[in-house]
Amino acid sequence: MNKAGERLYNGLIKENPTFVLMLGMCPTLAVTTSAMNGLGMGLTTAAVLAMSNLIISLLRKVIPGKVRIPAFIVIIASFVTVLQLLLEAYLPDLNKALGVYIPLIVVNCIILGRAESYAYSNPPIPSLFDGVGMGLGFTFALTCIGAVRELLGAGEVFGYRIMPDSFTPIGIFVLAPGAFFVLAALTAFQNYLKITKERVGKDAGKIQSGCSEDCMNCGNKGCSRRFYDPDAEDHGWETLEKPAEIKASEIKASDKCTEEPAPKKTIETEEPVIQDLIFIDLKKGGK
Amino acid sequence: MTDIKDLFIILVSSSLVSNVVLSQFLGLCPFLGVSKKTSTAAGMGTAVIFVITLASAVSGVIYKDVLQRFHIEYLQTIVFILVIAALVQFVEMFLKKAMPALYEALGVYLPLITTNCAVLGVALTNVQKEYGIVTGIVNGFATAVGFTISIVILAGLREKMEHNDFPESFKGMPMVLLTAGLMAIAFCGFSGLL
Repeated sequence: MNKAGERLYNGLIKENPTFVLMLGMCPTLAVTTSAMNGLGMGLTTAAVLAMSNLIISLLRKVIPGKVRIPAFIVIIASFVTVLQLLLEAYLPDLNKALGVYIPLIVVNCIILGRAESYAYSNPPIPSLFDGVGMGLGFTFALTCIGAVRELLGAGEVFGYRIMPDSFTPIGIFVLAPGAFFVLAALTAFQNYLKITKERVGKDAGKIQSGCSEDCMNCGNKGCSRRFYDPDAEDHGWETLEKPAEIKASEIKASDKCTEEPAPKKTIETEEPVIQDLIFIDLKKGGK
Repeated sequence: MTDIKDLFIILVSSSLVSNVVLSQFLGLCPFLGVSKKTSTAAGMGTAVIFVITLASAVSGVIYKDVLQRFHIEYLQTIVFILVIAALVQFVEMFLKKAMPALYEALGVYLPLITTNCAVLGVALTNVQKEYGIVTGIVNGFATAVGFTISIVILAGLREKMEHNDFPESFKGMPMVLLTAGLMAIAFCGFSGLL
């Protein structure tokens, strides 16, 4: 049980897919026009993530290494189809609001990332909880972003009026540009945390500064480009656009990224690096 | 039969009015990741136009002739993603053998495109809006052109802004996102076109 708890904590806080790893940005921006949509999308993704992690982990000895990516995609796509049919039948309104983004869960890099870096090399029960934890972390992040956008854009949260009547809603926040602005504020805050951490001298390598840096210089365990492209190193990205400077922590992270499948111990024995003392206390209390 | 006027309306609306990146948020990863230089952005854009047009043709044919004929439309997500992944691999191998010059220019970008959700997004939108094969191809082409327009503009802006003096926290990603947000506001202006 201890392990399950650790996995949940890891997904929700320590390696939160949106706030810490910056994965799955397309749905994060597209469906967070309201808190309810964010919650619906998050829970759908969480369900797919948990089920696909479980099945992939159960089948990990059967799936040959060379065709694992197509196999993962088929498993994930099957669960997405099941979920889509269920939503169509029981929650037609939500299905309509989320539209094409439900089938697009298939290409969400969080799911493939977890399959590759955790489920394929770990037993079923921890994998299931890893999926649940990551999914809930994603849900939490989407709901927060959705709530902020709904609050600023319509003065409501979950449809309940929060702001006083004198507040004029800033309509742009529920439209497309608002999504970019909210995410810009979020990443700026993250950069701020990273800079402060580095000033104190702590290792902040885990905090990503956005997918943009990662595709060039992938410090991201879940970056899906690696999976399709086993010899990504030889493709000359480095010569095309050389990052200005590579920090030691980033090199370490990207080395980790290239190992496939990621060895268990990189996840299991990592010291808690980014969370605050409060979180460490929480973890000890939990054990 | 679809007439030329309808096709033209789809062309304008998919490329400018409901721009794939700036209003539908598909293909954000390459949009943010490969937009540091105008030349690479243009290369990526060309590769995307090539793949999306091809993918919407192939997925359209498969949907009409296989899925609809056997009444297994519910398998569309699984079939499309596999078809796209296979198609990208195949195109890469074909270009390597048959057109080395084009492969030199586009080869780097091709593997990246499989994970570009715009490709799957276009295939699914074509089905959702019940476009025919020709209309679907036009829609795919227009969407990809819209992607290219916005990624090249963003790359141009980023080149200009590179050495500007920002607050430290806003350097890199946040500034790119703010720029993209402002571009999205500008693209909202196109909604008056139709």
